[in-house]
Amino acid sequence: MKNILFVFLINLFLINKSFALIQVDITRGNLDPLPIAVSPLHVDIKSENYEGLKIKDLGLNISKIIENNFRSTGLFNPLKKEAFVQKPDIAHLKPRFEDWRLIKAQALVTGKLLIKNGKLKVEFRLWDLAAAKEITALAFTTTPSNWRRVAHIISDKIYERLTGEDGYFDTRIIYVAESGPKNQREKKLAIMDQDGANTKYLTLGNELVLTPRFNPTNQMVTYMSYFRNMPRVYLLDIETGTQEVVGNFPGMTFAPRFSPDGKKIVMSFAKDGNSDIYTMDLDTRVVERITDHSSIDTSPSFSPDGKYIAFNSDRSGLQQIYVMRSDGSGVKRITFGNGIYGTPVWSPRGDLIAFTKMRKGRFYIGVMRIDGKGERLLTENYYQEAPSWSPNGRVLVFYRETKAGSKGEGFSAKLWSIDITGYNERRLKTETDASDPSWSSLLSK
Amino acid sequence: MILNKNLKNILLVIFATLILSACSTAKKSGNIDGDVYTGKETVEYLASGVPDRIFFATNKSSLTTASRATLRKQANYLRKNKNLNVTIEGHADERGTREYNLALGERRANAARDYLMTYGISGKRIAVISYGKEKPVNPASTPLAWSQNRRSVTVKVN
Repeated sequence: MKNILFVFLINLFLINKSFALIQVDITRGNLDPLPIAVSPLHVDIKSENYEGLKIKDLGLNISKIIENNFRSTGLFNPLKKEAFVQKPDIAHLKPRFEDWRLIKAQALVTGKLLIKNGKLKVEFRLWDLAAAKEITALAFTTTPSNWRRVAHIISDKIYERLTGEDGYFDTRIIYVAESGPKNQREKKLAIMDQDGANTKYLTLGNELVLTPRFNPTNQMVTYMSYFRNMPRVYLLDIETGTQEVVGNFPGMTFAPRFSPDGKKIVMSFAKDGNSDIYTMDLDTRVVERITDHSSIDTSPSFSPDGKYIAFNSDRSGLQQIYVMRSDGSGVKRITFGNGIYGTPVWSPRGDLIAFTKMRKGRFYIGVMRIDGKGERLLTENYYQEAPSWSPNGRVLVFYRETKAGSKGEGFSAKLWSIDITGYNERRLKTETDASDPSWSSLLSK
Repeated sequence: MILNKNLKNILLVIFATLILSACSTAKKSGNIDGDVYTGKETVEYLASGVPDRIFFATNKSSLTTASRATLRKQANYLRKNKNLNVTIEGHADERGTREYNLALGERRANAARDYLMTYGISGKRIAVISYGKEKPVNPASTPLAWSQNRRSVTVKVN
């Protein structure tokens, strides 16, 4: 990616992890979110103008993005700025801890920025107010147009410090943007920042496109397109816009995903009424057949170590989830609950499989252990499917459709997310209707 | 006795209501037989008397007696029009996951294609394409609409 940000770690201030008092437990639903004050970043008066950026507001705007990220986790409660007790530049030097504690804040984020010679210099500090000390600080330099990513990277650093887990804010979501009446939907590939900003459309909507998924470095996308009315799996380079068909299959290919090393695409190929799972090596172009069964085998998803593939099959009569070794051996059914199961997706941590469950006309998103035990249904609705994991394995994004009236009116498709605790269900902002989301990995890792 | 008689009358009224309401629901879903659509509302014709589509039960791709009769008419028509090629489009309803429905649509289209081939139509003349749940003919979210959308449609290509 041309405009990829190069983060220069200039200076890692004193970090002292051992004496911090505040900590956020993310393993259960958090009913008592941590009150945190995010001070606007102080803008150095020596800052120069840069390509129409509103420099005066930049510090405030960065702090608002950080607050919005924190609020979206359900784990933090960003406090109102009217109550803030110190000016940003002074607080950044040394907060008056007792005054900040008075407004019930437990953590404080301060920072400052300077734009000079076409570079944006930012530093921030995270303060533990109870312990009255700085617990994380970081400074970095980037191009000023990356200021939103600066806010996301700061959010990730703070999230990591306070939860002990990787963050997921400096990420993007690729999805299918939908418009038009239900029986004549126009569908385009779209990509946006995790918080809904910077939406870009990657196809024009001339042909039907479905199920985009990132590769591990987030530069390539595999998806399905009906280009020239030939439903096939494609590969798209996001930077160059180059698209190519994956393989030379004499029939429909669909349900693609990358292997965790990014070298292969696993997908279904349908021929003569039978769908089986294949892989194609992107370097050697070697195609391998992984399943050979007269039933429908689809929705394959690799385990993060690449050793296993979870998939969807109706070989037992109805849709169920199976796991096999990545060479196709050792096929084992793992779902035996009431209802039928689809869209298995392996967690990036390797411990869970997310799925869609259908039962008595209702649709559920859930997670289970990789042996199928410990099923937990997180959300129930009229129609929802296609979960995709946040890179830290804590949040799922999926899409939900509403019931349509007799002429298709009232129909909508939207992206939603939910924590794997089952808490914090929320709708993601998209410019249009949206479906088939796929969450990237952290961009700055 | 009087009480009993009253009770009887009440029961009769209740029965009558039940039967009437049963009739009205039967009318509404009268074009569905074991969740396969049997009506003609959405059907178009390749030629006079030759319907273009057949319908399927939920999650199924097996052909009903009515579907086989329709396909025999299509085979007959294709035999008489030797230069005509067709594409069979397979579809699913909206009540399933997208990827599985793509596979299901392909299976349905091939069920129709296989049947035409057993009646002597060359496979070379019949292409198939699955649209999964992407192209509903009826956009409503009702059992009737879903039954109309679980279909394979034979389309002339030349």
